[in-house]
Amino acid sequence: MNNRTKKFIRNKAIHFILLMLAVAIFSFILLELSPIDPVNAYLKQAVISPEQRLILEQYWGVNQPLTTKIWGWLSNLLQGNLGNSLIYRVPVIDVIYERFMASFVLMALSWVISGIIGFGLGIVAGKNKGGWIDKLVKLYCYVLQSAPSFWIGLVILIIFSVELGWFPIGMSVAIGTLSSDATIWQWLARLVLPTLTLSLVGVAPIAMYTRNELVNVLSSDYILFARARGESGWPLIERQALRNTLLPALTLQFQNFAELFGGAVLVEQVFSYPGIGQTAVAAGLQSDVTLLLGIVLISAVFVFVGNTLADVMYYFVDPRIRENESFDKN
Amino acid sequence: MSKLLEIEKLSISFSQYFKGLEQRELKVLSDLTMDVDDHEILAVLGSSGSGKSLLAHAILGILPSNAKVSGSIRYKGKEMDDELKEELRGNKISFIPQSVNNLNPLMKVKEQAIGYIKDEKDKEKIIKKQREIFNQYNLSEEVDEMYPFQLSGGMARKVLISTALLNDPEIIIADEPTPGLDEEAVKETINNLVELKEKGIGMILITHDINTAIETSDRIAILYLGYVIEITDTKNFSGEGEKLLHPYTRSLYRALPETYFELTEGHQPSYQNIPKGCPYHENCSRQIRECHYELPELREVNGTIIRCFNPLGEGD
Repeated sequence: MNNRTKKFIRNKAIHFILLMLAVAIFSFILLELSPIDPVNAYLKQAVISPEQRLILEQYWGVNQPLTTKIWGWLSNLLQGNLGNSLIYRVPVIDVIYERFMASFVLMALSWVISGIIGFGLGIVAGKNKGGWIDKLVKLYCYVLQSAPSFWIGLVILIIFSVELGWFPIGMSVAIGTLSSDATIWQWLARLVLPTLTLSLVGVAPIAMYTRNELVNVLSSDYILFARARGESGWPLIERQALRNTLLPALTLQFQNFAELFGGAVLVEQVFSYPGIGQTAVAAGLQSDVTLLLGIVLISAVFVFVGNTLADVMYYFVDPRIRENESFDKN
Repeated sequence: MSKLLEIEKLSISFSQYFKGLEQRELKVLSDLTMDVDDHEILAVLGSSGSGKSLLAHAILGILPSNAKVSGSIRYKGKEMDDELKEELRGNKISFIPQSVNNLNPLMKVKEQAIGYIKDEKDKEKIIKKQREIFNQYNLSEEVDEMYPFQLSGGMARKVLISTALLNDPEIIIADEPTPGLDEEAVKETINNLVELKEKGIGMILITHDINTAIETSDRIAILYLGYVIEITDTKNFSGEGEKLLHPYTRSLYRALPETYFELTEGHQPSYQNIPKGCPYHENCSRQIRECHYELPELREVNGTIIRCFNPLGEGD
């Protein structure tokens, strides 16, 4: 491990800590300012006497000053204690772990699929700029980009589940079975449609971006020179343009981590897929403050990891960044 | 001596939209006629942005698709259609581009120098040859593994020249090979180009640097607003410039700090408003009636090809 790597890790670590601190504090303040009252959320409209209520308020620490509350939240957080979920009555960390895994499979699959297909479509469209393939890809991208993902989800649900009946309409396991009893096939069958939806939607930005990037690269001086030296067709693109296009496309795809998260929330809702997105919606609607805060934190970690991965990838793909090391060493 | 490359009445124009929907033809090269022999360097001299590079692209057949081209280009007497151009580029005709920007920033120098190899069997041979050429230009083995951003200006120039030699070309088109280099590197580049000529290569040297043109070339073609106005022997750029027949060429020569540092009034019109008649007449001290409404044809006067109704004589 050389100095540069150490410096990179150190900077990223500081960055991460500051980010988490900021997210923890500000999301807490936001929730504090919201009309959510933890006592009411806990009681769920049950009738109690004012004395009982006072005891509960004391238990939850409702009347403490904001700074004390934040301090309590942060010190618990540092010990890894995210509190208990109000709706599930289990530690938040367990809920998040279980739900996040389900979401992660969904997001990772659609991320990879949309990335590969999007990049491929972008390359094909960019190479045939102005041709019918290009127009077709562009049409697809514009339509998908302008349609909301939950609507696409509904359309897919109508086609594949209602009309064709190929896949179950929702839930990660069939009604009446415990999730631990579900076979892997049942589980997979319920993964297909949400993944398909997220992938279809995810293809649009990456394909458009790749296309434009390739068109730019193809009008560059070095491509002109390569053509002047007799290179042409696919070999030209493969040799001279693919890597140069891949680089910005990769960055975009990693930055899309954040959007993927947003898309997953809606799609999980449509397909009743019990992932982190659906849980977030439930936590919000039922005033489950601890769970909501936990999800906010985990989302921040997720997006941060995405961006960091993009940085690391750059290091391997772009020689200009890698080779700068040799200057640092001197 | 045989004519390697003959260009006749070549015009290149682009149509562009002007003020909304009004479409206009923008002529960048008009009625260009010139030729190159083997063992010869023909310098094409013109101001920046005068479409000189497009001449190179036209010969190589790599113009953008919206360019309109007319006229003819012949290689050893054979008309160059798109097919022949494709066959010749990177083969019998090599191109030395302007700058390090013409190298792929994400590709190692060696990979770029050897170019695309269709047959894996040839690879070793080509790499060996590339090494030989690099050695000739004092490019060490380290350079092979470098990326373009690690090259100095002079090294990049040598790499670009090396790429042109890999395929034993008969014709080299060099597009502005000297700007941005220090004096030493310019001298070296010029020597390299002259060496190539002596080996028998015919070269078109596109430049806006009159000194480079004088030091390297055998003949100089002067462009003004996309028109060739004079093609003259380089040795005529000497003394008081008395053998330069076109008023523009002579004032260009006499404007050099090394000669008379004479300034001519006026400025070159834009390509959108190329004047009717002779393109130079607005600034010409020797204009006559015809110059205003008729384009002078290229003609030969005392071994010089010139586009002028009222050329200068040796005594003027």
